[in-house]
Amino acid sequence: MKMTKVFLALLVAGTVSFVSCKPKDADVKASVDKVLVINPDYSNAVVTVTDGVATLTGEVKDDATKAALEASVKNVKGVKSVVNNTVVPAPVAPPVIAADDPLTAAVKDATKDYPGVMATVKDGVISLTGTIEKSKLVKLMQALNGLNPKSIDNKLTVK
Amino acid sequence: MTLTEKYKPLTDAAAASGVSDLQVREQDNVLYIDGVAPNGEVKDQLWAKYGEIDPNFTGGDLVLDIKTSIDANVTKVKVTTESSNLNIRKGPGTDQPIVGKAAHGEVITLVSRANEQWWQVRTADGEEGYAYAQYLTPEA
Repeated sequence: MKMTKVFLALLVAGTVSFVSCKPKDADVKASVDKVLVINPDYSNAVVTVTDGVATLTGEVKDDATKAALEASVKNVKGVKSVVNNTVVPAPVAPPVIAADDPLTAAVKDATKDYPGVMATVKDGVISLTGTIEKSKLVKLMQALNGLNPKSIDNKLTVK
Repeated sequence: MTLTEKYKPLTDAAAASGVSDLQVREQDNVLYIDGVAPNGEVKDQLWAKYGEIDPNFTGGDLVLDIKTSIDANVTKVKVTTESSNLNIRKGPGTDQPIVGKAAHGEVITLVSRANEQWWQVRTADGEEGYAYAQYLTPEA
């Protein structure tokens, strides 16, 4: 009888300690999520926790952020190790802006067949004045947009 | 409304119509959309979309640089001027002397594409030089 009680007690204790292991990953994840929420740079990162191993996925803006995120997550209580699978997106190349001299020459070529159109170039900006027929406008604009201008200041009067 | 939102119908159409190397970025209040359209029709459709958003292209806030993909094997181009003859010049530029002319509608030989604006061509008479690429349409 006494042995049964001891056995039962052991069984209950064992079950409790076994069960108490299980929600631990969830608790650790919750703690890591708190870290992710604090820093807006981490807003696109996602964590999963399995047996104390925190796996990070999603996107971060640069390598420094990626390293900082990993270090922060390592410090979270209950995290044994971190697998950092976050990715840094490829940088977007800035637009190419033509220098004024080649741009001026190219604009001259492109506007040659539009006698009513006056064009000047300054600091990469093509300025258009004069008049043009509606039917020819798209063709002219297509040509000018292909010359890598900074922008086009179109003050043409469309007939 | 941000520029990205303003031109979203255009960028969506570009993505949906098979434009490759599509890049959309904003700098100093100008949106730059670059890409290569599979053919001239797609390019014209995208320009029509641009026209729906800004009918006379006066906003000054978009540079739409859509090039047309051209098969490297193309050797014949048609002169698609409005009606006039096309000047063939010694070098790539309108400051270069005229060395020949190709008639409107004539099909001539494409020698090489020197740059986006000027292509090297040869007429049936053997006149060789540079012509403005906008007036040349690749023959299938």
